[in-house]
Amino acid sequence: MAPAPRIELVCPAGSLPALKTAIDHGADTVYLGFKDATNARNFTGLNFDPPRLREGIAYAHARGRKVLLALNTFPQAANWADWTAAVDRAAEFGVDAVIMADAGLMAYAAKRHPKLRLHLSVQGSATSYEAINYYHERFGVRRAVLPRVLSLAQVENVISRTPVEIEVFGFGGLCVMVEGRCALSAYATGESPNCQGACSPGEWVRWEETPQGMETRLNGILIDRFTPGERTGYPTLCKGRFEVNGETYYAIEEPTSLNTLELLPEIARIGVRALKIEGRQRSPAYVAQVTKVWRAAIDSLQAGPERFKVAPAWMAELNKVSEGQSHTLGAYHRPWK
Amino acid sequence: MKLALGPLLYYWPRQETLAFYNRIATSPVDTVYLGETVCSRRHELRLDDWIGLACDLAAAGKEVVLATQSLIESESDLKTLRQITGQGDFRVEANDMGAVRLLEANQVADWVAGPTLNVFNPQTLELLMAAGARRWVAAPEISGADLAAVRAGLAAPIETEVYAYGRLPLAFSARCFTARHFNLQKDACEFRCLSVEDGIVLRTREGEPFLTLNGIQTQSARVHNLLADLPGLAGRAEVLRVSPQGAHTLDILTLFRAALDAKLTPVAALEASRDYMPEAPCNGFWHGRPGVEQYVAA
Repeated sequence: MAPAPRIELVCPAGSLPALKTAIDHGADTVYLGFKDATNARNFTGLNFDPPRLREGIAYAHARGRKVLLALNTFPQAANWADWTAAVDRAAEFGVDAVIMADAGLMAYAAKRHPKLRLHLSVQGSATSYEAINYYHERFGVRRAVLPRVLSLAQVENVISRTPVEIEVFGFGGLCVMVEGRCALSAYATGESPNCQGACSPGEWVRWEETPQGMETRLNGILIDRFTPGERTGYPTLCKGRFEVNGETYYAIEEPTSLNTLELLPEIARIGVRALKIEGRQRSPAYVAQVTKVWRAAIDSLQAGPERFKVAPAWMAELNKVSEGQSHTLGAYHRPWK
Repeated sequence: MKLALGPLLYYWPRQETLAFYNRIATSPVDTVYLGETVCSRRHELRLDDWIGLACDLAAAGKEVVLATQSLIESESDLKTLRQITGQGDFRVEANDMGAVRLLEANQVADWVAGPTLNVFNPQTLELLMAAGARRWVAAPEISGADLAAVRAGLAAPIETEVYAYGRLPLAFSARCFTARHFNLQKDACEFRCLSVEDGIVLRTREGEPFLTLNGIQTQSARVHNLLADLPGLAGRAEVLRVSPQGAHTLDILTLFRAALDAKLTPVAALEASRDYMPEAPCNGFWHGRPGVEQYVAA
């Protein structure tokens, strides 16, 4: 049997230094966004203006690597033209693909820029081959990023029933909710990943030292409280501690990262085409560390799948940069559900 | 303005569910959405049972729509989806793009675009209309102004339904938070949802009701209630959705009907509804604000 094609390592670039770092440490592909609400990491100080995007694309292409542009929020009737202008710019700058969630915007891109390669964003919430094939037949989508809800057996079934390449999340912050189907942040703050490109946005966050300990609030809503000496965390609202029937615990999800390193041989065997590292909001140092480990792991797998073993040093490196310094296999491992 | 009863988002014992819809048959509602949209493990009523209810309600003069599951994961989920999209007796509410593909393939030309399809602009809505959608249920997070802008951008109008009453369905997950609360795995959840007719309230550590755990769905704790906003809904919606709750659903429907028929002022209707709500009201989303807020125009 012919060996499976090497899994493409897709790394986050929240800035030009992060982009260069990712490429220098072995990313096959980087993904990034414009400095506005057209992408789902619309945070102050992140992302690319046009000159930096040009420079980033030149840097990647000179080294034979690819650049994907995330245009993965949902345009509103009032700002539609901002999103189509972003699509036009992406085509003009020569990005290798755009990652999109909105069907109307995909129709625009397919019609106006037929040569522009389209990827279906995780924000498109396509969890079955029926949904993925809709985007393929309608707009010629070539790759889909799966929401973090399917077990590996379910991912394998999707791959066997679609001509669309499948990309999965391999590492990083874990959305426990179906991406594109979560209005928790909108409920608390009025700003959502779907429309404003931000979850639990910083301008709504308050850190307050109180007699009970450090408290974190989102628009006044208490998300967590930390005893002195306890490691504090950003108040992402699904990762707070709440009270349910008199019991206080992480009722939705612990602050933890997804880490699929030990599943890598299985991910490759079932035909996953690309593996995504989350973290455009993270520093270049994070990007360097994570990219290096995943590059080594993928190369090691490629060199001899039967001999592949997760090196303890890889795990140690990844745990250092994991949220809450712990990790999970998420939905890929059925008992997590 | 038509009044619709949304799909039952909770999991009630079979006899209670049947008795509930028996009462709905004589309620002042025009349209009833039926089917399991949240969790494929819930089976007190099978698809055949839902279709049986659909026949009864249709015979009672209600428009009946079969709603599809919002989060599709397995081949067995797809099998049910194919059965719903393949039957021709009742309209279908499509709640993911897989359902849209199947309806389009079956050349069904009269379906409902459900609230989880993420329609935020007229371009996307027109694609769905070209595929056969004849009614659009707006996502609850869309404001009245944004909804009006979507409608204004359409070449031809579409009947629009607004989520007007009920705890807000805010998120779906692969994980079951009810099972997690009871330290159970989803695959062995013991169907604990059956024991809580309105889900389980999640409070902040200050005791403030914040969210509701409903299996794999997370809802608001507060009750989204647009009774006082009825004047602003005129011209923006043709159908109002009330979401079923454990107690007083009929009382709520009666209040909406009375307010729509101008037998009660909108503000009086809101005040009367306070006795029937499991938690305080909110309406922020409709006003373009955080959904948790109860906004009163100055």
